[in-house]
Amino acid sequence: MLDLWNNLHPLAQGLIKGLAVILVIFPLAGASSLAERKVSAWMQGRPGPNRAMVPWIAWIPFLSTFLRRLGLFHLLADGGKLLFKEEPVPGHVNKLYFILAPVIAMMPAFTTVTVVPFGAYLTGSGETVPLILANVDVGLLAVFAVSSLGVYSLILAGWASNSKYPFLGGVRASAQLISYELSMTLSVVPVFLWINAPGTAGTMSLARVVEFQSQPGFWGGTWFVFLMPVSAFIFLVSLFAETNRQPFDMAESEADLVGGFHTEFGAFKWSLFFVAEYSHMLIGSGVFILLFLGGWNPLPWISLADLIGGLHRLTHAAAVVHPLFVGVLSIVIFLVKVLAMIFFFMWIRWTIPRFRYDQVMKLGWQRLLPLAIGNLVFYALAIAFLQQPV
Amino acid sequence: MAVIPLTRKPLSLVERTYVPAILSGLKTTFKRMFRPNDTLEYPEQRPAIPPGYRGVPTLVKDPNGREKCVSCQLCEFVCPPKAIRITPGTVPEGSGREHVEKAPQAFDIDMLRCIYCGLCQEVCPEEAIFLQNQYSLSGYTRAELVNHKDRLYELGGTLPDSHYKWDKKKAAAEAGPAH
Repeated sequence: MLDLWNNLHPLAQGLIKGLAVILVIFPLAGASSLAERKVSAWMQGRPGPNRAMVPWIAWIPFLSTFLRRLGLFHLLADGGKLLFKEEPVPGHVNKLYFILAPVIAMMPAFTTVTVVPFGAYLTGSGETVPLILANVDVGLLAVFAVSSLGVYSLILAGWASNSKYPFLGGVRASAQLISYELSMTLSVVPVFLWINAPGTAGTMSLARVVEFQSQPGFWGGTWFVFLMPVSAFIFLVSLFAETNRQPFDMAESEADLVGGFHTEFGAFKWSLFFVAEYSHMLIGSGVFILLFLGGWNPLPWISLADLIGGLHRLTHAAAVVHPLFVGVLSIVIFLVKVLAMIFFFMWIRWTIPRFRYDQVMKLGWQRLLPLAIGNLVFYALAIAFLQQPV
Repeated sequence: MAVIPLTRKPLSLVERTYVPAILSGLKTTFKRMFRPNDTLEYPEQRPAIPPGYRGVPTLVKDPNGREKCVSCQLCEFVCPPKAIRITPGTVPEGSGREHVEKAPQAFDIDMLRCIYCGLCQEVCPEEAIFLQNQYSLSGYTRAELVNHKDRLYELGGTLPDSHYKWDKKKAAAEAGPAH
């Protein structure tokens, strides 16, 4: 199986990986949009979407009612509607860039997935091997570099729409991204200062961060959210801003800019923006979990290896140490955490009113950035003190 | 002075980060998720109609199945949006109600004009027109939304009557003058 894979042409491998990304992220993003509608409904005392039904499933007695109440088939209904709707292109837009913008929105969203590890399996010697599409050593830098490109699509959409509201949305999106990118990057520097101790091979790999959080012992197994709570907080707030989620939805500003950058977009082009936003959320949550919440380790101080070892002692089954089982288990743990983070995003969105534009700028430059710098200086000194060569 | 100056405590450092306020907000919304819904799932669940509700205006019959309207046209004249149009007619011979003299030949209420004010019900001397419980009406054309006489009686049905005004009048006329 593995040999067959390794013998494939690199291009074919890339193609399959790319398809896998699309096949996983697209439905997940769609499901997130449905979850958003459901969660908002529950928080507002409504049942939410609960009508759509597929005829053949309607014949199953109890399951069909449950699925209908859950609104699961609205996913198909929404997707079908957005796909087959008329695609209006207003007469006053710059057609090339107008159509290019949603395409560009998708590219960074899908590209960043490749450098995010999403699981791990154990080799015979007990070594943890991360599951990752492209195991590049720049890791987090690649995520930052590529995901920041996402703002180009917003600017392009805002500019190509050739109308006031989208233009303002695009301008706000770029200003917000620049403001929060700084704090975000500064907030993760302590993590990498800590894991790149003197004498070890330097790395920016996210898998290495997780490995560091799965070491035995009290300090080894501590998730970085406990070691560096301020970093985690700054990263989380910046993540909300970077993904244009409420309370930082300056790019969209539904209340004052109609729809912001996507005011002039409709049908499938609009839904591409939507999927891109949710993909950014998924990847952002993934990176946050890898950096601060232990990645695929089930609980703090209990690593994946501990869990597998415990299961093996309990059952003595050979299947639990099989790489396939471990891999799937780790992916499931990671996905559960990511989905919990997505829920957190929605929870925040339906709790906090959005900021005004000047408040966003003030928070970014006058609060978060000094805090991030102070945090970096503090941890740099502390790490230098702790890791000084004896 | 009616104005009472209050001294507000300045926000503490923790409060100024908004974190406690956000956390309490998160708690509120989370608890809200498990409360029962506030909404009705409309076509299946219907709201309870309170007494005195002013729904679609209808014409009613008395318990003997006779039409009560005598086409006096008071409702037509009082109707603020001019939604009611009555064509007066006579009571057919041999119905035993010739002494009522008049009955509507046509009675149309344009529901696109009606404002559900209930003045027609208030003004009716015969207690023949009532705004009842129906609140939902729809149609594909404007013509469909004009309720004609037969439709109005169908919607109205029969309501209890405590007077039987015209029966009493007939009995009094047959018995002759009281003095």
